[in-house]
Amino acid sequence: MKLGLEVIDFSVEYGAVRAIQDLSLHVVPGELVAVIGSNGSGKSTLIRALSGLIAPSHGSASWNGISILGKKPEELVRQGIVHISEGKSVIPELTVAENLALGGLWRRDKLDVAIATQESLAIFPVLASRLGQRADSLSGGERQMLAIARALISRPQLLLLDEPSLGLAPLIIEQIFLAISHLQSQFGLTVLLVEQNAMSALKIADRGLILNLGRLIKTGTPAELLADSQLRAAYLGF
Amino acid sequence: MRSRHLSPRTRALLFLVIGAVLLTVSGFIGELRTYQGAQVAVYMIAIASIILLTGYSGQISLGHGAVMAVGGYGAALSFNLWHFPFAIALLFGVLVGAFGGFVLGVAAARLSGPYLAGTTLALAVGLPTIADQFHVLGGEQGLNFDIGDPPRWVVRLEGGDFTQYKWFFWISIVVALVALWGITNLLHSSYGRNWRAGRNNAVAAGLAGINVARGKVLAFTVSSALASLAGALFALLLGLVTPTAFPLSLSFAIVTGAVLAGVGNLAGSIVGGVVLVAIPELSGSLTTHLGNSQKVSANLPGLVMSSSLILVVLFMPNGLRIRKFKKQVKTQ
Amino acid sequence: MFIDTLLIGISSGAIYSLMALALVLVWRSTRVVNFAQSGQAVLSTYIGYEICLHTHNYWISLPLAIFAGAIVGSLVDLLFMRLLISRAKSGPIAEIAPVIATLGLLGLIQSFIGLVWGNTFQQYPSPLSGKGFTFGSHVIPFSPQNLFIVIASAAVLAIFGIIFKYTDLGLALRAASFQPEIAQLAGVRVSRVRNIGWAFAGAAGAVAGAVITPTSTLSPNSLDLLFVSGFIAAVIGGLDSLVGAVVGGLVLGIGFSFILQYIGGSVTFLVGFVILMVVLLIRPQGIFGHKVNRRA
Repeated sequence: MKLGLEVIDFSVEYGAVRAIQDLSLHVVPGELVAVIGSNGSGKSTLIRALSGLIAPSHGSASWNGISILGKKPEELVRQGIVHISEGKSVIPELTVAENLALGGLWRRDKLDVAIATQESLAIFPVLASRLGQRADSLSGGERQMLAIARALISRPQLLLLDEPSLGLAPLIIEQIFLAISHLQSQFGLTVLLVEQNAMSALKIADRGLILNLGRLIKTGTPAELLADSQLRAAYLGF
Repeated sequence: MRSRHLSPRTRALLFLVIGAVLLTVSGFIGELRTYQGAQVAVYMIAIASIILLTGYSGQISLGHGAVMAVGGYGAALSFNLWHFPFAIALLFGVLVGAFGGFVLGVAAARLSGPYLAGTTLALAVGLPTIADQFHVLGGEQGLNFDIGDPPRWVVRLEGGDFTQYKWFFWISIVVALVALWGITNLLHSSYGRNWRAGRNNAVAAGLAGINVARGKVLAFTVSSALASLAGALFALLLGLVTPTAFPLSLSFAIVTGAVLAGVGNLAGSIVGGVVLVAIPELSGSLTTHLGNSQKVSANLPGLVMSSSLILVVLFMPNGLRIRKFKKQVKTQ
Repeated sequence: MFIDTLLIGISSGAIYSLMALALVLVWRSTRVVNFAQSGQAVLSTYIGYEICLHTHNYWISLPLAIFAGAIVGSLVDLLFMRLLISRAKSGPIAEIAPVIATLGLLGLIQSFIGLVWGNTFQQYPSPLSGKGFTFGSHVIPFSPQNLFIVIASAAVLAIFGIIFKYTDLGLALRAASFQPEIAQLAGVRVSRVRNIGWAFAGAAGAVAGAVITPTSTLSPNSLDLLFVSGFIAAVIGGLDSLVGAVVGGLVLGIGFSFILQYIGGSVTFLVGFVILMVVLLIRPQGIFGHKVNRRA
């Protein structure tokens, strides 16, 4: 048994299309791993299958030795695995405060929910001043912060992040990634980050995986990946 | 569709043969069966109107009972008031119904499933109340619709025992066959293909240059024409039209018949028509075996129809056709 | 005269609001217009009627009827809707399958009631008088039972309002109806919450049935017209909005009351149909609906 997230021979199919093929990976506790890939590389599919939104056709996945397959996302949240989906990651019709409260709804320990809420607001102070506003009045960056803050209130151990940089301005992206990196060090969170924006993701990652057409192409430290000029030209795009 | 590969001439011949056989058969069955045969023919037309609307154009109506009422009133009114000949009165009822259907269809084309269902339901409840408002429509008593004895040439042709019911049966069968024949031809035309394209994928059909909205309006109009034809014949069989003769349950019954028979195929209307007449008949005889309770006899048909409706929606979306059902089981 | 008409309108509007609320609750959670809602309501009312026959006490039967309504709603979701939604995904009638299936359920419930209680009209009396209040020599058509209808409906609407706005359950219900996937990812057990939504809807319908029936008679079809009014009210309000359902119900009830008073009773549903058409064609998202909600 390995601690952390262990994925073995993982495949996901949409009808005849194989979106993920025989993928294996291991994220040790406390590690921040970035999965880099372009559109259609299967990275969102990977994260959706890990959080229980879709079912894989083959393979196994476990968190700290306990299988996470066949469980609904709402059950995985209770086991400390929280997925923040790309783009629409907050509920626009609810207020900021309500969106935050959603993350602690299932928890019994209401005192700790209150503490966690305070901690989250300390990390993203901009949210504190907007608690009563509807979430659809927030900017893209603020929505992403709200989604992460909500996840923190669930006291996660493993954070599955799907393209947090999507549609954001470079300055905001930097801010968000800094916050993610901060969460890793402050709370000892394990993070699986799926990103198209390789440069920003590799800046904060401990390790990077490169995904292309559903297959794992290369694994290595950010320095190793960035040093490989062929790889950079073919998959990283800079 | 069985008749898909038939040439128009063979198809016409087929309908003629069916008609001849049925009319001949009418000489050998009892009064009750003749009347029920006429009922089957009327339901067949009504169900065909739903199949056309739902199966071929993807729309739904829970108010076709009201459209039938329009046809019934149109025919009876023109027959009584203006002394139109029966055939013309029938046609008049159809025209009024088609016009109403057109108006409704313009609105319906913009509504999606549940909204259209609810709106047509409100129509089914609201429309019959018009009759109370206009003296000419006879209020709650309604209008008589008595076309008199069968014409002499028919009686002479068939011999002395040609009854009123047999005459109704002849009219209904001939009208139903002509209507179905016409609709089959229409569905094989480019209109029919466009409807199906619009139902299956409205966006793609739109890109291919098919005017989906216009097709929907046309489908609603033709469907209403059929329903009002059925309504006029329904009034003929009853001998009168009243606001309560076309209740909500009639609207539901024809939708049930269409779904049970499978909305994907016009030929299903025959099965559906038989089912609608047979279920009350069969549950009637079943009730006799169960000790003739008033509660059972009044509710068994509804129970059977609703349960079959639910089972069909859940397990046989193509209707009660054995061939398709087998195929579906295999793929699961 | 004006005040009388208004009061009667508010009383029937309150009932429409309850039915509209039931439809909206189900629509928001499952995206299905539940045509069996009036069937569920009438079944709950029959249960109340049966209890009242044995206990001779309307006030005992009323809460039990409401409870029965919640149970029936929950069971319809568990035993019927979940199967329907997982099965009817393709085929020629996939799009209208929920309409057809809930109609089938309506027929099933009504024939079941007919088998058990018969199709004759029953009396489900309440101890409150159905005779209008008297002011001096003037008798108004508004009775103590009408007053109770208004109070009971207002109480139900207020309770739902508080639950939705101020409780965890309400937040979960709203989240699950707006964005089920995000709610799920935040840890909300969406199918369980959805089931509670169905139970609430069943309870709201049961209140409507159990408080309106003493003013007329009970039969398997006695609430069919209420469904149509509730649907029109819900569409006026936007089908997505709880506040809209209440306002839509009141507007329709008061409107119908004035038509009845000044034009004549028989055209009310025709007017209802026209209102429905106008709302759907001019402002399809209803008065309180948001276009954004619909797209999502």
